[in-house]
Amino acid sequence: MSEGGLWNDAWRRLGRNRAALVAAGVLVAIVALSLLGPLAGRYAIDHVDWTLSPLASPPSLANGHWFGTDSNGRDLFARVWSGTRVSLLVAVLATVVSLVIGVAWGATAGYLGGRVDGWMMRFVDVLYALPYMFFVIILTVVFGRSLWLIFLAIGAVGWLTMARIVRGQAMALRQREFIDAAVTLGLPARRIIARHIVPNVLGTVIVYATLTIPQVILFESFLSFLGLGVQEPFTSLGRLVAEGATEMETAPWQLLVPSSVLALLLLCLNFLGDGLRDALDPRQG
Amino acid sequence: MSVPLLRVRGLSVQYATRRPGLRARAGTVTALDAVNLELAEGRSMGVVGESGCGKSTLSRAILGLVEPQAGTVEWRGQLVRRSDAAVLKRMRRELQGVCQDPFGSLDPRMTIGESVAEALDALEGIRDPAAAARRIAGSLEEVGLDPSLASRYPHELSGGQCQRAAIARATIVRPRLLICDEAVSALDVSVQAQIVNLLRDLSERHGMGLLLISHNLAVVRYLCQEVVVLYRGRLVERGPRDALFAAPLHPYTRALLAAVPRPVPGAAPWAAPIRAMADPADLPEAAGCLYRGRCPAADGMCAREVPALRDADAGHLAACHHPGATLVG
Amino acid sequence: MSRTLLAIRDLDVDFDTPRGRVRAVRSVSLDVAEGECVAVVGESGSGKTQLFLACLGLLAAQGIVRGSASFAGRELVGADATALNELRGTRLAIVFQDPMNALTPHLSIGRQLAEVVLDRGMMNADQARARSLEVLEAVGLDDAPSRLRQYPHQLSGGQRQRVAIAMALMTKPSLLIADEPTTALDVTVQAQVLGVLHQATRQGLGLVLITHDLGVVAGIAHRVAVMYAGEVVEIAPVAELFSAPAHPYTSALLDSVPRLDAPADGRLPGIEGQPPPPQASVQGCAFAPRCPRAVEACRSAAVPQHRGVARSVACHRPLTLEGLGA
Repeated sequence: MSEGGLWNDAWRRLGRNRAALVAAGVLVAIVALSLLGPLAGRYAIDHVDWTLSPLASPPSLANGHWFGTDSNGRDLFARVWSGTRVSLLVAVLATVVSLVIGVAWGATAGYLGGRVDGWMMRFVDVLYALPYMFFVIILTVVFGRSLWLIFLAIGAVGWLTMARIVRGQAMALRQREFIDAAVTLGLPARRIIARHIVPNVLGTVIVYATLTIPQVILFESFLSFLGLGVQEPFTSLGRLVAEGATEMETAPWQLLVPSSVLALLLLCLNFLGDGLRDALDPRQG
Repeated sequence: MSVPLLRVRGLSVQYATRRPGLRARAGTVTALDAVNLELAEGRSMGVVGESGCGKSTLSRAILGLVEPQAGTVEWRGQLVRRSDAAVLKRMRRELQGVCQDPFGSLDPRMTIGESVAEALDALEGIRDPAAAARRIAGSLEEVGLDPSLASRYPHELSGGQCQRAAIARATIVRPRLLICDEAVSALDVSVQAQIVNLLRDLSERHGMGLLLISHNLAVVRYLCQEVVVLYRGRLVERGPRDALFAAPLHPYTRALLAAVPRPVPGAAPWAAPIRAMADPADLPEAAGCLYRGRCPAADGMCAREVPALRDADAGHLAACHHPGATLVG
Repeated sequence: MSRTLLAIRDLDVDFDTPRGRVRAVRSVSLDVAEGECVAVVGESGSGKTQLFLACLGLLAAQGIVRGSASFAGRELVGADATALNELRGTRLAIVFQDPMNALTPHLSIGRQLAEVVLDRGMMNADQARARSLEVLEAVGLDDAPSRLRQYPHQLSGGQRQRVAIAMALMTKPSLLIADEPTTALDVTVQAQVLGVLHQATRQGLGLVLITHDLGVVAGIAHRVAVMYAGEVVEIAPVAELFSAPAHPYTSALLDSVPRLDAPADGRLPGIEGQPPPPQASVQGCAFAPRCPRAVEACRSAAVPQHRGVARSVACHRPLTLEGLGA
């Protein structure tokens, strides 16, 4: 008999998944580095090292630029980790927002069904159809580039898919007998949604969230690639990749280092997401 | 004459079919067709029939889970409508249900203590943890569960234990009627016997009525004083238990009884007087008796006229043009 | 004397789970002869399904099988996949409980029936069609030619189960293992399906009927094996089992079944408690905690087997020793 029920079971199952554990470990390391890295490095993110000639210099242990420098002579080590921090921040916040809105929307639509569901999901469909890249560009032009704008833009789009997924789950759950039992007890719809539907979709939601974060990071990277992302002197992984791409032939480390970190981050999140999906798969009883 | 606890009049429920059959027409399926029944306080009634007879729809309609297209449900003389919240709320406190899947009827993410507490909260408004805990412990004990199991999740318990928990949840507020929709069908034989006994004990101890929906005639015979037989949404026979089992009137009831496998070596249930079940898409239209496709005694009248429910003998009714006819399979 | 089709000897099935090794089946020995229907009766957790999955090599990956199960002289346990594939579905067929899962939703009935023999090169297309019509009629489905063109969703549950049985019969198997074939069916349809199976045994088919329904057993079985907690506790010809059960569990089980021909007032004698979970290692008799006849020896000493010509029972204090050799 398991103590503490389902989350314990899931935790234990996750613990047995070697790939997921390694991924989780690497992820923790990356997060730690992103927080401490810029402090541990010998240079600030916007300090131009005039002693170098040329300004863009490859990684070397001797001069303390462990990842090398960018075209302006700024330490890449500090910038990469600072950029990672920004990317993660945007990703996590945007995911949380899309999660909260998406789950509430989808659970309500899926449970209530009928016309309410129809209207709610038509709204989602309309938003889906809008060329959001267009909007983001327009908004950026109008309001200027800012972290909050990006985060809003991503969040505004991210909740749509979450809503669809949760709605599907909610519709399936609605057929289950314990929902009938709750209705027979006379519980109002909002209570059923909050107490019975949402807890039972959390498994899927968590898994989907870990798989959304990579998508968000990529989207933000894409925006940065287009020049619409974060402003100087702050940077994100996407910006670093964009800048590095232009120097690909002469200073390859400028592209390789941030892309490797980005790729590693995405890989770990995907492995973890897979592991969570297997662990949370309700194979009980 | 006291008002019956539950009265169902002319209840009809139809479902829209999403997938057309061989006759490519998206239409409706009649789950229940003008069903009438009455149950007095403290009495137990069995509703029997096979798949597609509408018995589950009947229980869902009575519990207010499905809206009927026609007909009424009256609870203690008051008309029950899904739009009338006050009447519905009062009914819910007095009418509860237990369904077939013991694991399915409990939220897998709540302990059984929490599930039972929810009933107490929703129906009696008891939220104080201490008071609730006492009631919950008492209720669990009454259904034969150790109160320490309140902290367990459904998947940690056996089917029988989960079903007991579901019964605890349904009876903690002492309903006047408990609807059991195939409540013992998914259980092992020995556990089934325990739950049947439990239901009987609870019913006797608290004067609680039972509406037992089941395809298992033997269990119905054990628990119910009156029996109703449904066939494809229509009520074809109704009567006191002993009369119905000893001398069934409707050919379907007789076929049903003959087909029940008896634990007697050599008994051959395949010799039941019933023809092979017709292709579902070719079933006869609603004119006339719906059973005529399988009935050995069917004739022209059965194809023309829908048989009305006629009283044959002191409360024993059958909807048949040839009740009690000799049947040859 | 008809020949033995399936001979199981001292079969053990264990599972390696995160919670340790679990014994699902312990030391089961059982024979099934031609034209004989052996019913294997037990409740959940009795191991009745695992026993036959093990014989057929269909166990989950963590299952470990020891002992012997031979079919027409060929050993099944430990046999390689090719050898098993050759036997399964041809001479040794199996039908499961849920008729919906046995049939592929997007293929017509005729196609699925024919595939059984065409894939193995046993017949050509014309022969396959003829045989398909034959088996559909044997299982009592009317208008066989149009059935061939139909799809599973157009049939009712009972019809699908009959098709599943027809598929199993396509290759004229000598032995059919049917796991709860009628549990999901209406009682009137169940009666017809049982009639089909009964007819098949009369034509020489060996039948293993796994079920928890004693009523079904009484009508169709010749011999009955009762399982509890992974062990066979009693084997007897059907008449003796019902009239004079030797094992207290068998007797209690028989008493628990509500009957149409017995008085209906009063309590249904059930069996207290529940079957032990599979991981518990058991000292003495597994049924002792629930047995009204248990004594101290039952809980500690190994359970003796009493064997007669046609019966056997594993019990310290059987209800009767009739038919159980000296």
